[in-house]
Amino acid sequence: MEYLLIIIAAIFVNNVVLSQFLGICPFLGVSSKINTASGMAGAVAFVMVLATIVTFLLQHYVLVPLGIDFMQTIVFILVIASLVQMVEIVLKKVSPALYQALGVFLPLITTNCAVLGVAIMVIKKEFGLLEGVVYSFATAIGFGLAMVIMAGIREQMELADIPKGMRGTPITLITAGILALAFMGFAGLVK
Amino acid sequence: MLVALVVITLVASLLLGFVYNSTKTPIALAKAEKVNNAIKAVLPEFDNNPSEQAQTLSLDGGELTIYRATQGGESVGTAIKTFSKNGFGGNIELMVGFLPDSSIHRIAVVSHNETPGLGDKIDPSKSNFCVQFEGKHPDHFALSVRKDGGDVDAITASTISSRAYCDAVQRAYIALTKGGAQ
Amino acid sequence: MNRLNNLTRGLIRENPIFVIVLGMCPTLATTSSALNGLGMGMATMFVLMGSNVVISLIARFIPDKVRIPSYIVVIATFVTIIDLLMQAYTQSLYETLGIFIPLIVVNCVVLGRAEAFANKNSAFDSLLDAIGMGLGFTLALTLLGAVRELLGAGSVFGLRLIQTDAILVFVLAPGAFIALGYLIALFNRIKR
Repeated sequence: MEYLLIIIAAIFVNNVVLSQFLGICPFLGVSSKINTASGMAGAVAFVMVLATIVTFLLQHYVLVPLGIDFMQTIVFILVIASLVQMVEIVLKKVSPALYQALGVFLPLITTNCAVLGVAIMVIKKEFGLLEGVVYSFATAIGFGLAMVIMAGIREQMELADIPKGMRGTPITLITAGILALAFMGFAGLVK
Repeated sequence: MLVALVVITLVASLLLGFVYNSTKTPIALAKAEKVNNAIKAVLPEFDNNPSEQAQTLSLDGGELTIYRATQGGESVGTAIKTFSKNGFGGNIELMVGFLPDSSIHRIAVVSHNETPGLGDKIDPSKSNFCVQFEGKHPDHFALSVRKDGGDVDAITASTISSRAYCDAVQRAYIALTKGGAQ
Repeated sequence: MNRLNNLTRGLIRENPIFVIVLGMCPTLATTSSALNGLGMGMATMFVLMGSNVVISLIARFIPDKVRIPSYIVVIATFVTIIDLLMQAYTQSLYETLGIFIPLIVVNCVVLGRAEAFANKNSAFDSLLDAIGMGLGFTLALTLLGAVRELLGAGSVFGLRLIQTDAILVFVLAPGAFIALGYLIALFNRIKR
C-alpha cells in the first residue's frame, strides 16, 4: 500500500518534469518524435535506478560513517558520470541491440538533472533502499510519460501553422505549461 | 592521466574540508537562531534560554520538542515544536506557544511545503488564519475545521492544509498534557 | 574592445536563457518570486566565476581524456562551497531554493562555458565571460521571477503593486512554463 502511494505520487501528483522541474533539458530537447522520446525515457530509467542504488549505498556506508557528507554533491555527480560510461561499455558488449536503441542518449544523461535530483531526493526524504528504488523507478516512469505525451503533441503540432515568433522553444514551453495544468488535476489524489 | 584527476580531487577535498570546518559553527548558529526566533514569536517575554533545557517527545512516528520559558524564575509559558505529515505538500512544522494555563498564545510556522498562494496562508505573514487560535483553550475550542465538526474556519480552497495545521496544533496540545505540563 | 565584448556578450546577444536556452531546470523551478530568481542567479554566477577562472588556469595540465570529469570536480567543489555558505548566512533563501543549489552542478550553462570558452582563454577573459554570462542568467531569472510574481501574487520583490486578486497559476508550475514561453517569444520578436 505504502509503495503504491509512492508510485502514484511520483508518476502523477509530483511528476518529475511537470511539477518538480527536473530533467527539463531532455524534455524540451529530444521530445520531437515519439521514438526518440521513448528511447531517452528507457535510458533514463535504467541509469536512474542504478544511480539511486549506488549513491544510496555510498551515502549510508561511506559518506555518513566517515562524517564527510558535505562531499555528497561531488561524489554523486562523479558516480553518475562514471556509471553512464560503464553502462555504455557494458551494453555495447552484452547487448548490442539495446545499445543500438539507447546508445545515443547515454552521454546526454550525465547532465540530466533528474538523475542527480532523484539521488539527492532519496537521501533527503530518508527513504530505505527498497523505497528508494521504487521511488526512482516510478519517477523514471513519470519522466517517460511526460516525454511521450509531449512528443505525441509535438508530432501533431508540426502540421499546425504557428506564428513565426512562437515557433520552436516558445510554443513547446507553452504546450508544456498546459500539460502541467492538466497534471495539476492529480493534486490531492494521494493523501 | 589518472594522476591529474586524483590531484584535482585531492585539492578539491582539502578545500572543501576547510570550508566545511569554517562554516560549521555559523550553520549551527543560524539553525539555533531560527528556533529561538520562533520561540520568541510565540511566547510572552522571557529571560532564560529555553533551547538549553529542551525536551523531546516521540509521538505518532515523529518527534516534538518542548521548550519551557521563564521570566525571573516564574514560568511564562511553553513552546512546542510540532509537526503534521498530512500537509498538501508534505510535512508541516509549527511552533505553538502555550501559556501556563494551557491556552494558546501564538503559533508560528517553522517549515512547510504548501502551495504558494493557497496553503501557504497558514504562514502568519500571508494571512490571518492563525489569529483565530490565539487565546483559545484547546479544551473549549475543537481543533478541527468546521467541515469536520470543529471550531476552526478553514482557509478557502485549502481544507487539506488547514486540517494538517489543526492536526499539528492538536498534537502539540497532547504533548503538553502528556509530558509538558509543569 | 574584445574584452568588452567578452563581458557584454552574455547579457543580451548570447543570453544563456533567452537565446541559447540552457539551464532550464533552475530557471523554471526557482522563479516563483523575483527575489528567489535573483538569489538563484547570484549563486550560479558565483559558481560560474570560480569554475571559469580555475579551469582556464589548469586546462593546460589536464589530459584530454579526463577533461570532463576534472571540470565536473572543479564545478562541484564551487557548488558545495556556495551550498555551505548559503546554509550558514542565508538560511531562509537556502531553504526556498532547496535541492536546486546542489543541482547547479548539472546546469549546462556552467559546464558549457568551461568547454566553449574557459579552457582556451586566459583567466582574466574567462572571468569577464563568467561575469557576463552570470549577469545574463541572473537578469533572465530575475525578470522571469518578477513577471511571475507580479501576475501571480500582485507584487514585485514583495512590494504590493496590484490590490485585486492575482492570477495564482503563475506562481505555480504551469505558469512557469507559460511565462517563460511568452518571454522567449517576445525576445525573439525584439531581436528580429
